[in-house]
Amino acid sequence: MTTDAPGPAGGHVSPPADHAEKSRTVVQRIADLRAWLFLAALILGFEVWSRMSFGGSFVINPYNITSIAIFAVAPLLLATGQTFVIISGGIDLSMGFIMGLAAVVAAHVINWATPLMGMPMAVVFGGLIAVGIAMIPGCVNGLLVSRLNVPPFIGTLGMFGVARGVAFLLAGGTTVPVQNSFFATLGNGRIMGIPWIVIVTAVFVLLMHYLLSQTRFGQHNYAIGANAQAARRAGINIKSHLLRLYVLSGMCAGLAGVLYAARFSAGAAQAGEPLLLDSVAAVVIGGASLFGGSGTILGTVAGAFVIAVIQYGLVFINVEPFWQFISVGVVIIISVLIDQAQRRISGGRQSE
Amino acid sequence: MPLLEVRNLSKNFGPVQALNDLTMQVAAGEVVALAGDNGAGKTTLIKAISGVYRPSSGKVLLEGQEVSFSSPQEARERGIETIYQDLALADNLSIGANIFLGREPMTRRFGFLPVLDRKKMAQAAKETMALLDFHVSRMEAPVSNFSGGQRQAVAIGRAVYWNARILIMDEPTAALGVPEQRKVISLIHQLKAQGRGVIFISHNLQDIFAVSDRIVVLRRGVMAGERRIADTTHDEVVKLMVGG
Repeated sequence: MTTDAPGPAGGHVSPPADHAEKSRTVVQRIADLRAWLFLAALILGFEVWSRMSFGGSFVINPYNITSIAIFAVAPLLLATGQTFVIISGGIDLSMGFIMGLAAVVAAHVINWATPLMGMPMAVVFGGLIAVGIAMIPGCVNGLLVSRLNVPPFIGTLGMFGVARGVAFLLAGGTTVPVQNSFFATLGNGRIMGIPWIVIVTAVFVLLMHYLLSQTRFGQHNYAIGANAQAARRAGINIKSHLLRLYVLSGMCAGLAGVLYAARFSAGAAQAGEPLLLDSVAAVVIGGASLFGGSGTILGTVAGAFVIAVIQYGLVFINVEPFWQFISVGVVIIISVLIDQAQRRISGGRQSE
Repeated sequence: MPLLEVRNLSKNFGPVQALNDLTMQVAAGEVVALAGDNGAGKTTLIKAISGVYRPSSGKVLLEGQEVSFSSPQEARERGIETIYQDLALADNLSIGANIFLGREPMTRRFGFLPVLDRKKMAQAAKETMALLDFHVSRMEAPVSNFSGGQRQAVAIGRAVYWNARILIMDEPTAALGVPEQRKVISLIHQLKAQGRGVIFISHNLQDIFAVSDRIVVLRRGVMAGERRIADTTHDEVVKLMVGG
């Protein structure tokens, strides 16, 4: 960009023309929508395969759709919290075991409370307690990162170990079955064909989308991820923001744990273990940068579904399950490559 | 009455006297350049004015009233804004969002749901940037899409929108290319025309001579000299700076 420049004392310098804005926008649009494009391509691929080999539809099949949705619930909830953390420039490695901790706590508290307050009340009580307990490690994470300046990767890695140990201790090293049929009904029941846990997740994710895209909290989250110094100079209280952020992330993991316990009528400490990296992958596929400052909840939803569709679809078309890891890995790499290309084209000035 | 007056200001960090008995004034519509070698006390002076440091002794007067700020936020509320050389913007947010960063306006959707008032932010951004003779078509684009000079204009626009009366600019052109520097210089002319006071720190004498009314030269924390730009030359200023 150049300006035609009159003498320095001349009052007027004409503003630079916005060249190449059009081509930029097209590239950016594609990059922004890449998770949805991946998803569409995957569904199309499985559809074609399914029709050719079984003569049946993959996607126009309510059983498949609900299975994928149920499959996506826990990774999506973790990824929702992770989206906030990653946009702020951090990462939360402890979410998987916070989820396990919450599942175990929910199972124990519901078992304990069922004889005291009846089935439905015990479920509400146990669920709230479990989510509340999950916020404690989140709060510790937040304090470590915001007050003691521990790098998020290290602080939450420590909490990963602590939450893991506490969850296994509480569970006595095994799975804790829940004796409460109301809880099991919630976890597996449906209303108008839609599983309850999917509805709960959808409502929660929508709320989180609102929080990220429409409130000051969300706006400050983006600003801190892009330029913490600028955010501080603008008067944003970064310490309190980060604290609330990690508590929120713990809360998402807690909800995932409670829904897990409902679905399986049991609490297991290792419930979220394989999901943590899936949640990070979903956020990255959804368009967030691990350097912070970008990402959306809707992108993450697409990212979580990309992973869920790959995992479910490969089983559906009867491919060896280990191909899941390869496909998810390839999608992550392609996604990051698109992100890099987009940055080169539109944000080359970043490295100025 | 000067807009801003610094009277006998001193600041020491332990035994190190960073600023010693400095007196200067800035009138409305005046651009005062601060010059001096590294370590001369320029940055200490502006930090004492903008509320980052408390002076060890001496006074800062804003429109004749003595003020004492305990944080840059307080100074900002009284109309003293600092523009940094390293472009203190959130690159991923729009111009409007940057102008309102930390003070976002809210509105209600469907009558109850509080949401960010993006329309107001975009409108204010458009008006403010037009005031600075800066026209851009896509107000919703993140500021990373703009050039360094345009982003510096956004930082200045933020100060203008919040009605800053004194703008302290710490090397606002240091990170910019030559055409971009010119743009910032022309922005400073506009701030001057709007009757704001500007304190302008630069190492670039050409910029200083292009935009300032007066120049204050510091050397090792003391005033080495003060000249009207019209009455001085590059050589004289350099001599004051190095103590020749």
